[in-house]
Amino acid sequence: MKIIAWLTDGTWEACVDATAEIASPDDEVTLLRVSDPELTEGLHGAYAGLVGRGRHRHDPGDAIESASRAADEEVLAAAGARLGRPATTETRRGRLEREVVAAIGDASLLVVARDGDRSRVGPHSLGRATRFVVDHAPCALLLIWPDEPDRTLPPEPHGAPKDPGAPKHPPHGERPQPPGRS
Amino acid sequence: MQTVTAIGLLAIVLAFAVARPARLPEAVMAVPAAVVAVLIGLVSWSDAWSELSALGPTVGFLAAILVLSHLSDAEGVFMYLGGVAARVSHASPQRLLGVVFVLAATVTAALSLDATIVLLTPVVFATAAKLGVRARPHVYACTHLANSASLLLPVSNLTNLLAFAASGLTFVGFARLMALPWLVVIAVEYLVFHRFFASDLGTPARPRAVERVAAPRFALIVLALTLAGFAGAASIGIHPAWVATAGAVVLATPRVIRRWRSAGRILLETNPAFCAFVFALGIVVLAVRHHGLDPAIGALVPEHADLLGLLWVAGLAALLANLVNNIPATLVLVPAVAHSPGLILAVLVGVNVGPNLTYVGSLATLLWRQILHAHDARPVLADFLRLGIMTVPACLVAGVTALWATLQISGVS
Repeated sequence: MKIIAWLTDGTWEACVDATAEIASPDDEVTLLRVSDPELTEGLHGAYAGLVGRGRHRHDPGDAIESASRAADEEVLAAAGARLGRPATTETRRGRLEREVVAAIGDASLLVVARDGDRSRVGPHSLGRATRFVVDHAPCALLLIWPDEPDRTLPPEPHGAPKDPGAPKHPPHGERPQPPGRS
Repeated sequence: MQTVTAIGLLAIVLAFAVARPARLPEAVMAVPAAVVAVLIGLVSWSDAWSELSALGPTVGFLAAILVLSHLSDAEGVFMYLGGVAARVSHASPQRLLGVVFVLAATVTAALSLDATIVLLTPVVFATAAKLGVRARPHVYACTHLANSASLLLPVSNLTNLLAFAASGLTFVGFARLMALPWLVVIAVEYLVFHRFFASDLGTPARPRAVERVAAPRFALIVLALTLAGFAGAASIGIHPAWVATAGAVVLATPRVIRRWRSAGRILLETNPAFCAFVFALGIVVLAVRHHGLDPAIGALVPEHADLLGLLWVAGLAALLANLVNNIPATLVLVPAVAHSPGLILAVLVGVNVGPNLTYVGSLATLLWRQILHAHDARPVLADFLRLGIMTVPACLVAGVTALWATLQISGVS
C-alpha cells in the first residue's frame, strides 16, 4: 500500500507518529511537504511598495524564499529520522490544498492532522486547506488530532425543553467547556 | 497648458517609480523631471531652493536613520530580537504573535518602516521556522505593522518626516498626540489578526531548546541614547536629524576604525538615490501644486479639526495613498491642511494606515505587478487583500477617533 503523510508546521510530528504506527513493513511511505508561494510573493510586493528606495539587494522576499526551502528540507529530514523506516520525500510549491490533492496520485491512504482552531470542536478544528483536502481527496484518509484533545464533542445541551424538532447539538463552532464543568 | 505639463511630469515620475524599467533607481527619472520643471519655469528658482532647504533636514534625518538601521542589523540587534522572541514565546504561536506585534511596533516606531520590512521580517520568519510555528500570521504582522504602527514618532515613516516640519509640533509633542492613535490602531490589528489567523495560531506548541543570543549591548545602548536624544535635543533647539547622525556615527566608529574601507559602504547605506528622489519629487509636486492642484485640494479638505473633518481628511489621504502612493499623497495634502496640526496628523493616519489595503502600497503598483506577472501565473494574494479590507477601515476609524479624543484633551486643533 502506498501511504502519503502531509507534513505541516506545528502538526507534522503527530502525522509521522501515526504513519509509523499503521504502516506495515512492505508499505511504501512518502513524506509530503507543500509550501505556498503567497507568503514570499506578498513580501516581494511589500518591498516593491516602498517607493523610491531603488534597490533590490535587500528584498526580504528573496531571503524568506531561501529560508523557506531550507526549513522544508529540515522538516523532511527530521520527519524521516522520526519515522525510523525508509520513506521517499516530496516537496511541492503552490496552493496547499490543490498541491496536496494533486500529490496523492495512486496512493491509497493520506495521513492528515487537524490543524484548525483547536479550542473549537467541529468544522473549525480543520484549517481551510485541510478542509479542502478532506473534501476532495480521491483516496482514504487518516485524520488525526495533533495532540490529545480535551474533548471532541460539543457539550450536551441541558435545561432546554425536549423538543423533538430542535437540533440535538448547538451550532457548530461553539467553544467547548472544559470536561466536567458543564 | 502649464497645468497639463506639471501633471504630465508628475505622472511620468510616478509611473517610472512604479514600473522601475531595468531596475533603475526612481531618481533617474525624478531628478531630470525636477530640473525640467525649474528650467521651463513651472517652479521659480527661489521656490525650488526654499523647497530643497525645507526638505533638507527631513532627508538628512532619513539618511541617518537608514544607516542606523543597517548598522544595528550588522551589530546583531535583529538576530538578538529574534532570539528574545523565540525564548519569550515558549513556541506558542499565540504568544509569538504577541511578541512579534511588540517588536514590529517598536522597530517601526524607532527605526522606521523600512527596518521592519527589510530587516525584521526575515528574522521573524526564521524564528517561526525554528520553533516549528506557522510563519504566516507573524510575517503578515510585520508587513502590516510596518505601515500601521508607523504613527508614533516623526522618524517612523518618511510621510511623518515630510509632515513634521509643517505641523509646527515638537518631537515630543508629535509623539504625545500620536501615542493613543498608535496604540489603538495596533490593538485593532491584533484583534483582527487573532481572528483571521485562528487556524494557524491554533496548532499546539512544542517547546524546544532555544539558543541564547548574546545581547549586542553597544548597539542597544547607542539606539536607546539616540531615541532619548531625539526628545532631549528638540527641547534645546537642535534638529533630531543631528541626533540621528550622531547615533549613526558613534555606531559606525568601531567598524570604521577596524576597517577604513567599510566607511564607503556605510555611506552608501544612506541610499543617495532615495534621498535624491525625495528632493526631486518635492519639486515636481510643488509644480503641480502651484498650477491648479492647491485650489482643487483646498476645496476638498475641511477647515476644522472636528471629528467629522478628521475622519474625512484621513479617508481622503488613505484614498490618495492607495491610488498613487503615500509619499506624493503626503506632499500634496500636507500643505492644504498646514493650518491645523490636528488635520495634519489625521492625514498621517490616512497615508500610513491606508497602504495596507493592498499589500503593495498602492493600486498603481498592484496593477503593474499583475501585468508584469500575468504570464507566470503568480498567485492572486486573496488572503493579503482580505486582511487589508478587514483591518484598514477599522484602523482608520479607530485611529482617527483616538486622535480626536487626544486633541480634545490636549486642547490642540
